[in-house]
Amino acid sequence: MAMAWIFTAMIVISVLFGICNGTMDAVSAAALSGANDAVTLCISLLGVICLWSGVLEVMNQSGLSEKLAALFRPFLRKIFPDAANDPVTLSAISANISANLLGIGNAATPLGIQASKRMARGCNGTASDSLCRFIVLNTASIQLIPATVAGVRAACGAAEPFDILPAVWFSSVLSVAAGLLAARIFQLFWRKDR
Amino acid sequence: MTSYIIPCLLAFVVLFALGRKTDVYNALVQGAENGLNITFHIVPALIALLTGVSMLRASGALDWFTALLSPAMETIGIPSEVISLMLIRPLSGSGGLAIGAELMAEHGADSTIGRIAAVMLGSSETTFYTVAVYYGAAGIIRTRYTIPAAIIADIAGFFCSALAVYLFFG
Repeated sequence: MAMAWIFTAMIVISVLFGICNGTMDAVSAAALSGANDAVTLCISLLGVICLWSGVLEVMNQSGLSEKLAALFRPFLRKIFPDAANDPVTLSAISANISANLLGIGNAATPLGIQASKRMARGCNGTASDSLCRFIVLNTASIQLIPATVAGVRAACGAAEPFDILPAVWFSSVLSVAAGLLAARIFQLFWRKDR
Repeated sequence: MTSYIIPCLLAFVVLFALGRKTDVYNALVQGAENGLNITFHIVPALIALLTGVSMLRASGALDWFTALLSPAMETIGIPSEVISLMLIRPLSGSGGLAIGAELMAEHGADSTIGRIAAVMLGSSETTFYTVAVYYGAAGIIRTRYTIPAAIIADIAGFFCSALAVYLFFG
């Protein structure tokens, strides 16, 4: 339901500001162009998503993702105790996390979706504590090499585009820690059915 | 150096698979078809989000929120210039990148503001997009504390980005 509220708030606030600022022409044009941009973006992502889904299928069939999963397993067992017994979920989670670490967001998404689908089984549309933690982990970046940002910096004339790496790691680690800690605290008092 | 990562990763996967006698080409094509379905399932959620973001931007609401938040942000050391980036980043990856690139071009990539924008971009994700796509695909309606916890992580990340730039670059 939260997304419903956020979406409604975005639309209502835009309309109110459109009235007050007299920017309704622009708002009206933006409503249509936004939907268009979404389709354009998806088309531009289509190639990369398909390619990485293919690479991941190769990793699955060759047993490479199984090996990769083994590396993260001790850590993941602690964070996702109720997913730990299902090898398929666990390997999807670990492959999702390694794709996130490598900064291949487009590869992480299909894996993350697969993992969340399996974790959501038998939940009747309510997120479990493990699933909440998994999504929080995915909304906080754990990217080791922010290549896109470095590209933008290089284009803007940075002397050393990658000199921000230590700062990025510092901030990533602390934000992931804050998210997992917050989830842990919320878990203590949040109702199971809301 | 970083240009080596993706090609080498691809070569490693393909060689490993061939070594294990996997039909690499067939597996790749199979998986790619799967990716096609995934992308089409993302379109509806993305349409909703990008429509909302474009409307917020066009109405001037985003500028107003920037003005509203700037005194509080300046006291904890976050320059008011990057507030619009903080507001858009959780909603839209391309929008965040566009604003970040604008900031770096205007203030210089090696300026404090330019660096903070870059670190914020590099250490955060499109939170609401991720939640919408993952929960949408998994059929989750009651998200419980996911969004509050994710927002806490984002705020911590933004604050630490500014802090990190002051720490590492003075």
